Amino acid sequence: MNGENVVKIEFPSRSSNEAYARAAAAAFAAQLDPTMDELGDIRTAVSEAVTNCIVHAYPDEIGPIYLRLRILSGNVLEISVKDHGRGIEDIAKAREPLFTTGGEERSGMGFTIMESFTDTLRVRSRPGKGTTVTMQRKIRSRGGRS
Amino acid sequence: MDISAVYSAGRLLIGVKGELDQHRARQIKAQAEEQMDVFLPKECALDLSGLRFMDSSGIAVILALRKRMEELGGRLILVNIPQQPMRVLEAAGIERLVPIGVRIGEEAAQ
Repeated sequence: MNGENVVKIEFPSRSSNEAYARAAAAAFAAQLDPTMDELGDIRTAVSEAVTNCIVHAYPDEIGPIYLRLRILSGNVLEISVKDHGRGIEDIAKAREPLFTTGGEERSGMGFTIMESFTDTLRVRSRPGKGTTVTMQRKIRSRGGRS
Repeated sequence: MDISAVYSAGRLLIGVKGELDQHRARQIKAQAEEQMDVFLPKECALDLSGLRFMDSSGIAVILALRKRMEELGGRLILVNIPQQPMRVLEAAGIERLVPIGVRIGEEAAQ
């Protein structure tokens, strides 16, 4: 694809929007002609990032989540998930496998899964201000596509 | 009900359908635990064949159900895992924690 394409979606941090966010990302990514595995990885990574906003950024309130999807040169999908929530004090700690502040209902594997399903993962956060998670994933060209 | 449950000869087969994310995790976990408490099975097989999507919320559910089965003196196994949930389980290393059973007939979970 030539040129840049981008969509921006804003939605409230209600858990019922998790399914919407990952479906929107998959629909946008479809123009890169991903494989089923790649589509699954994108849906999963978006779901993890959005769930983090809902559970951790806005634990006691409903706040806005900003999902930005961009196609970069080289068949790369960039996914950015931003919130204005409470932020992360210790990003390195939050990214450790099995670490969670979410209790028994969370596995602590969100960032681990985002990392393994994308090529790059960047986390920027300021306590009290919010967090932005940006992921990039190269979509391989499918062999023998028509 | 978000799950289906069939009990026979000490074995409880629980089928989970649709999408397992944070939005549905609490309810699915509660319903599965309720079935475990009713039947007190020696083994519970979680049939994931009807699962269209699962993220790390599903891992928390699986680990909680595994713990519940251990408390009941039994064990949890996973069967019929579709590709997308399998990739999530592998990324989290969960396949080392919860045994994955051989494929079983789908008629049992319907």
